[in-house]
Amino acid sequence: MAKGQVHASELAKKQKQISVAEFFEKNRHLLGFDNARRALLTTIKEAVDNALDACEEARILPEIFVELIQLDDKRFRVIIEDNGPGIVKKQVPNIFARLLYGSKFHKLAQTRGQQGIGISASVLYGQLTTGKSATVLTKTDAHKKAYGCKVKIDTLNNMPEVKDEIEEDWEEKDHGTRVEIDLEGSYHKGRQGVDEYLKQTAIVNPHATIIYTDPNAEQIIFPRVAQSLPPEAREIKPHPYGVELGILMKMMQMTSEKTLGAFLKNSFERVSPKTMKEICQNSALLPTMKIKAMTREHADKLMKGIARSKIMAPPTDCISPITAELLEKGLRKEINAEFYCSTTRPAAVYRGNPFIIEAAMAYGGEQLSDKSVRIMRFANRVPLLYQQGACSITGSVQQTSWKSYGLQQSRKQIPVGPCTMVVHMGSVWVPFTSESKEALAAYPEIEKEVRLALQECGRKLASFVRKKKRIKDEAKKRGFITKYMPHVAEALQELLGITDIEKKDVEDKLAEILKADRGELKEIKIDNPDYDPEFAKIGREPETEENSESEEEEESSTKKAKQQKLDF
Amino acid sequence: MADKKITENEVTKKIAEIAKKVYNKIVLIEKPDLVLPIRSLSNVTYDEKEGYFRILNKEKVRTLGANTIKTFAQTLRMMSLSKDLISSEDIATKREAYYVSKNWGDARFKEQPESDTVMDDIEAMLRVNREQIGFVPEEKGGAVAGELVVIDKDSDTGKRLEIDCTKFGSGAYSVPSSVEHLSFKTKAKFVLAIETSGMFERLNKHKYWRKSNCILVSMGGVPTRACRRFIRKLADEQKIPVYVFTDGDPYGFGSIYRTLKVGSGNAAHINQYFCVPQAQFIGITPNDIEDYKLPTHPLKDVDMKKIKDLLKNDPFIKHYKPWQKALVKMAKMKVRAEQQALAKHGLNYVIDTYLPEKIKNPKTWLP
Repeated sequence: MAKGQVHASELAKKQKQISVAEFFEKNRHLLGFDNARRALLTTIKEAVDNALDACEEARILPEIFVELIQLDDKRFRVIIEDNGPGIVKKQVPNIFARLLYGSKFHKLAQTRGQQGIGISASVLYGQLTTGKSATVLTKTDAHKKAYGCKVKIDTLNNMPEVKDEIEEDWEEKDHGTRVEIDLEGSYHKGRQGVDEYLKQTAIVNPHATIIYTDPNAEQIIFPRVAQSLPPEAREIKPHPYGVELGILMKMMQMTSEKTLGAFLKNSFERVSPKTMKEICQNSALLPTMKIKAMTREHADKLMKGIARSKIMAPPTDCISPITAELLEKGLRKEINAEFYCSTTRPAAVYRGNPFIIEAAMAYGGEQLSDKSVRIMRFANRVPLLYQQGACSITGSVQQTSWKSYGLQQSRKQIPVGPCTMVVHMGSVWVPFTSESKEALAAYPEIEKEVRLALQECGRKLASFVRKKKRIKDEAKKRGFITKYMPHVAEALQELLGITDIEKKDVEDKLAEILKADRGELKEIKIDNPDYDPEFAKIGREPETEENSESEEEEESSTKKAKQQKLDF
Repeated sequence: MADKKITENEVTKKIAEIAKKVYNKIVLIEKPDLVLPIRSLSNVTYDEKEGYFRILNKEKVRTLGANTIKTFAQTLRMMSLSKDLISSEDIATKREAYYVSKNWGDARFKEQPESDTVMDDIEAMLRVNREQIGFVPEEKGGAVAGELVVIDKDSDTGKRLEIDCTKFGSGAYSVPSSVEHLSFKTKAKFVLAIETSGMFERLNKHKYWRKSNCILVSMGGVPTRACRRFIRKLADEQKIPVYVFTDGDPYGFGSIYRTLKVGSGNAAHINQYFCVPQAQFIGITPNDIEDYKLPTHPLKDVDMKKIKDLLKNDPFIKHYKPWQKALVKMAKMKVRAEQQALAKHGLNYVIDTYLPEKIKNPKTWLP
């Protein structure tokens, strides 16, 4: 052994199990806890997402209380309470105090809180920053007592620790869940703040009432405006095109089917007996083959066979759009603009997952024309406030050529103009770039659909911008008339020696002639009865206060805007 | 002008008439309009008998509307200025007229070309020469040297002045902007009109006019109205031929020579007086480029365009086969030659060889 080389046994001494807490601490940014401001938002987001999902699954119109209490400089208490179905006693510790435990991860349905690390991450974060447990109170039935406890995570073993269990009446609720988490945080308004998140959530979830009390003890109520729940998120089986080898092998292990043929037919979408035969043929495997006898090599062959087979696209009726109408309505409430438009694309498929893209735009009015356009992103009715630059929605906006639609744009940049763009992706599986669930991954199919949706809106926008320009030109021409009319009259006076009264008569008659010629001037003005200035103000930063901790993304986007100005 | 049809009094009357028509329309709440002859080659025909571009009857009607109100107002104000000038027997240069407009507030002209265009419009509308509406150009009429005595009169005393154009030494007599009152005494055999002042200087310095008993006129590019009128009057009264010597390029043929001989499309209503039908083109022709082995420059895109345009749209060129042949030939040669290119054979080759040969041999001319 060469000098200086370390023996494996030495190394082995250093190799030990990493505790959950350590892993968490080192990967905070992946999970959405990279700074105090974002940690606060992520916690509220996880809790509200869960509450909305739970209510919808139980077909209850959601009513959600969010309360933020500032305990000291850095510490906050977050309280979220819903009127959902409640949680059975046995599940409480697992849901709140066990990382990577959940019901939604293995399921393909259009829900909010899939594939995230879940509320338990927030509990852990609170525990790490304040040392305190989370307090949970839940009630499943009007006739039963509510169950309460304090939960903590045993960070070494990733196991819940429960104490102070109680039972109480909780008379004001028939059913529901309340959770309190103390954590270190930082409260700000602005585009990436809690207020903005709740507002956007209210816009795209009109069937929910959200009652929010901010750290200044001011209460904001987002009342329910739609009395019906969105269609139930229907679960679908995976589509063969969407599975990877590991998942396929796991499915083969878990299945209760005996043969390969039955497994294919019953565990996947769109596998008819005919398709099943085709897959088997293409994989050179027999449909009668015993599932339990299949090896990794067999699974590999099966994957290749699937890729070679022509399989119908998955059903898309399991995706429910927010609807173009509703998106536009939300925009009208938020932004006082001159023009609104929206569109819902037909459902499409990426990697076997059905999805749907919707877009809406608001143009002109009170928006600034020398700033980059504002992009509002949503995935399964959840607002995405961070990582705009990493998101494929932003990418699609940049790839679209906006000049022909009436916005300014430097090459492959976010366009500049008085415009807000909203894009929503609904899918059984939203491909986030990381567990913090703030940016969509760039799949060509998704980018294409986003682009098409933006272009559809863009065409409507362009016709409006053109119309506006026409009217502006017309107004300019009319300006010409009033500008030069007196000169015609004056020249005639000089040439013919007419009196001042006659000269005035000439001017009046000229005005009459030219007005008759051009007709009435159409006016473009803000015509938006839906606009709610109080609502729009929510989440906006106070204008005088400089926000030093403003997210770097915002900074970089203004930098980009400056850059663009230089380019023109 | 020899047969001035419209007296100055009539001009003011005509201006008043047009203004009255506009006024009457407005009072009836109808859109007034101004009728202008179209000022371009599309509105002229080459009259071979008379020897110039005769104006046709195409007109454009400028109706008052949002798009035209500015020019409409400016035209009326310019007409008013013209009326004032005539009645006070004053004149204004084109540049002065432009500055007068600076007093019109919003209706003022931004650049002089705008006011020049309006002026040309009024001139054409009234079918008069711009001197008759009180406007004079700044540009010089050209330079003259040689065997000629110009008879003018002193503007103060009215005394007869005899100006001997042989007595300017290395300088030259300058053609005034108005030439109607001039008369001439000469024994010269011909007039030589020259495109560039450089070539004029050379010929003057070496007293070419004495050697070949002629009158030299430098046009300095496209000849001004005064220059055209001067040459015409001189040639008519003295019954001597006019030879034209330009660069061998489409601009020399189509703009300088053609305008001198038959007038322009822009001021077609006065071509009758401002043309020299007896002019003959002696060089430099495309054939000369070959015959005299002249050094050349390649034709630029604008030159090729000019050739195409001349062949397609110029009624004068379209009338003369030899010109079409010459232009087609030049297009094929893809080269042009300047007057000064003759210096290749020696600085005075043009005096000793080229001009004498060319003038002796009318077969080498172009019509």
